[in-house]
Amino acid sequence: MDELDRKIITATQAGLPLVKKPYAAIAEQLGIDSETVKLRLQQMLDKGQIRRIGAVPNHYKLGYKANAMSVWNVPDDKIKELGDQLGALPFVSHCYERPRFLPEWPYNLFAMLHGKSREEVADKVQQVVELLGEYCAGYELLYSKQILKKTGLRLKAKD
Amino acid sequence: MDETDRLLINSLQGNFPISDQPYLEVAQQLGISEDDLLSRLQTMLDNHTLTRFGPMYDIQKLGGSFSLCAIRVPVERFEEVTEIVNAFPEVAHNYERDHEFNMWYVLATESPEQIIQTNQAIAARTGLKVYNMPKIQEFFVGLHFQA
Repeated sequence: MDELDRKIITATQAGLPLVKKPYAAIAEQLGIDSETVKLRLQQMLDKGQIRRIGAVPNHYKLGYKANAMSVWNVPDDKIKELGDQLGALPFVSHCYERPRFLPEWPYNLFAMLHGKSREEVADKVQQVVELLGEYCAGYELLYSKQILKKTGLRLKAKD
Repeated sequence: MDETDRLLINSLQGNFPISDQPYLEVAQQLGISEDDLLSRLQTMLDNHTLTRFGPMYDIQKLGGSFSLCAIRVPVERFEEVTEIVNAFPEVAHNYERDHEFNMWYVLATESPEQIIQTNQAIAARTGLKVYNMPKIQEFFVGLHFQA
């Protein structure tokens, strides 16, 4: 990422302008040409620095009110295989390996599960239990009770 | 939210074109006018059906450090500890969860050292053990929410 990428990122991370030529609008704001903006965005997309371009729905508004962080204790030597399988399930939004803290925290596989009700999430948990089978040495669900702070992950603009 | 809005949400969660008139392209694919598309997107942003429309950056790939951290906060101290933790500008998100590990926050800093330093400061200020759980491997990030 160079200074130009940084400028494009800070100009677009809150969203694209809703005008007929959004990339030209960004270019004008930054004093560069729109071909450069498009090229840089395409390059960042190709490198995975941009995950995707599109709409980010508010899942609460779409009725997904039950959101659980599910945590699983699986063998370390199986985690890649199991993590890939878990991440491929349609109701899992984030799936990571994280460190254990024994004895109080034995879980090494984290998956965010989303449903319209806790019953729906419970049904999905059952699907995960079946998927992991004998490799699951235990799991827990941590439902969110309240958001205490949410400022989002943003890149700071440099002066 | 009508059927067209649902169609928009379901079909626009990725692959927005990088072209001169991307909204026009998408509108033509969906069989609506460009102006209709723009006004529907504006309305859904205004009423928070959409949180954002644009590029979703993987900030970690752009540099910077992130970590998910947890604290077991005694219930009677929850408010006080929330205040201490939230006061750190490095704390980007903080959630209360229904568990003995009841506080989960995400640190976002410029370097890995600052993750450690911030957690040391939080542990010192709260007198509680901080569990630093940075991701070791990412298997999947995404999800198509069906409207």
